[in-house]
Amino acid sequence: MKFQTLAQLVDICREDGVTIGQLMLSEQAKETGKSEEETFRLMADYYNIMKEAVHRGIHEPVPSRSGLTGGDAVRVTDYMGSGVTSLGAEACTALAYALSVSEVNASMGRIVATPTAGSCGIIPGVFVSSQERFQWDDDHLVMGLFAAGAIGYVIANNSFISGAEGGCQAEVGSAIGMAAGALTELRGGTPEQAVHAVGLALKNSLGLICDPVGGLVEIPCIVRNGFGAVTALAAADMALAGVRSAIPSDEVVEVMLEVGTAMPAKHRETAKGGLAQTPTGKKILKDLYGKGSKKPKKDGNQ
Amino acid sequence: MRFKDVFSIIGPSMVGPSSSHTAGAVRIGRAARRIFGAFPDQAEIVFYGSFAETYRGHGTDLAVVGGLMDYATDDIRIRSSMALAEEAGMRLKFKTAQNAAYHPNTVMLKLKKHGGREDIILGASIGGGNVELLGINGFDVKFTMNYPVLIVFHKDTPGMVAHISRILGEGGVNIGYMDVDRKGRGGEAVTVVETDEAVPEERMDVIRSLSYVHRVVFADLTSEEA
Repeated sequence: MKFQTLAQLVDICREDGVTIGQLMLSEQAKETGKSEEETFRLMADYYNIMKEAVHRGIHEPVPSRSGLTGGDAVRVTDYMGSGVTSLGAEACTALAYALSVSEVNASMGRIVATPTAGSCGIIPGVFVSSQERFQWDDDHLVMGLFAAGAIGYVIANNSFISGAEGGCQAEVGSAIGMAAGALTELRGGTPEQAVHAVGLALKNSLGLICDPVGGLVEIPCIVRNGFGAVTALAAADMALAGVRSAIPSDEVVEVMLEVGTAMPAKHRETAKGGLAQTPTGKKILKDLYGKGSKKPKKDGNQ
Repeated sequence: MRFKDVFSIIGPSMVGPSSSHTAGAVRIGRAARRIFGAFPDQAEIVFYGSFAETYRGHGTDLAVVGGLMDYATDDIRIRSSMALAEEAGMRLKFKTAQNAAYHPNTVMLKLKKHGGREDIILGASIGGGNVELLGINGFDVKFTMNYPVLIVFHKDTPGMVAHISRILGEGGVNIGYMDVDRKGRGGEAVTVVETDEAVPEERMDVIRSLSYVHRVVFADLTSEEA
């Protein structure tokens, strides 16, 4: 890939007169030797899987395999019907959709890791709700996935995207940054604005630990996906309004690396700290694995 | 670069709940099935580290067996893979063990055919659905299944690597990575070759015809994955 930083991404897009999504598509085709058409088709298939996952959990509760979670997407959808949400219908829809995809994931349903399974709800929540709202065609959203992928590629290679390495900031945090930047571009923002959205979003989740109860990708992962979708909308709105990330986004990515590296192991997906080790968290663990079983060392949404 | 392309960020398409404990486990099982080269009548599955402790919660057992059934990471049958495997005649045995030297998400697969071959394959799931195959029948190796892979079992003898690379080169097959291990000087050895292209059957036959070559295996998950 000819870009390794977000600043390079902005520069190249400006020089070549292309969007981040277009640059990613052509670079991907070059890297793999496959045609742009074939590459686009594969991403389009992924977008269809995301839409299916969004719709699966909205009207029928999807219980997780453990039985610990499920049905929250339906609760939020039903509540929206009352017309009295605090967020407003659009943001609330993104929230419900993100919850749905994460619940489908916990039920062993089909999802696309974006960038991981643990954070798979955020991008579909933002994308599918925005598509309905702005009446975009699928191709527009597929290009948005390439933009999100370009942003994630930079974050992953300069910092990390797995909770085991860098805590939840690396996983849910990265997904929010990717969704925020992509949405900014989808709504007509410049590559520079999109990259500011990434920095604004990432700053908001710095330090977030990965502390899954019972080591499972459920508590608090599912609700964090819901929150993540809403945060991405906020970051995109700020960037489109002209708000800039005073600390350049590449430097924020570096901070994520610094913070994640300093994070104790008990807060990096091992289920040995945080919410996982609260009295209730421990009780859930005991109920799940029975007496005498060891604590899980880590969950798995890498 | 640890992450090479856009589909290592957006993707894989998979059944949940965990890219490392589910999708990665499917890929290790599937790689083992392809290396074994047949439906195994018997499979012993040994989980290590974090896999040993949380495999039930993450469906890692279903995932590995789904892989042994040659399912892709997003095949919905993974949810009932154990029943389907047993129905098809695969006898399954699960164990847990500890080995401090292994990556926390490691699984060992012992695959057997009645009255036939046995392969022991060790793999680790290193995150985001990415895997490393780390052992075959006691040989220490390292490859990822992100490329087609050719595995040649042979006697440790001068010129073997040159022969293999020449035969591949003559067929227009480019080598991206190579790994060689042996059980002592002049003893049994294995050469693992990651290639950019599929290795034609005819090239494999030429390698098979070399003296001191016992077995040639080609495994490729790339044609069905992003």
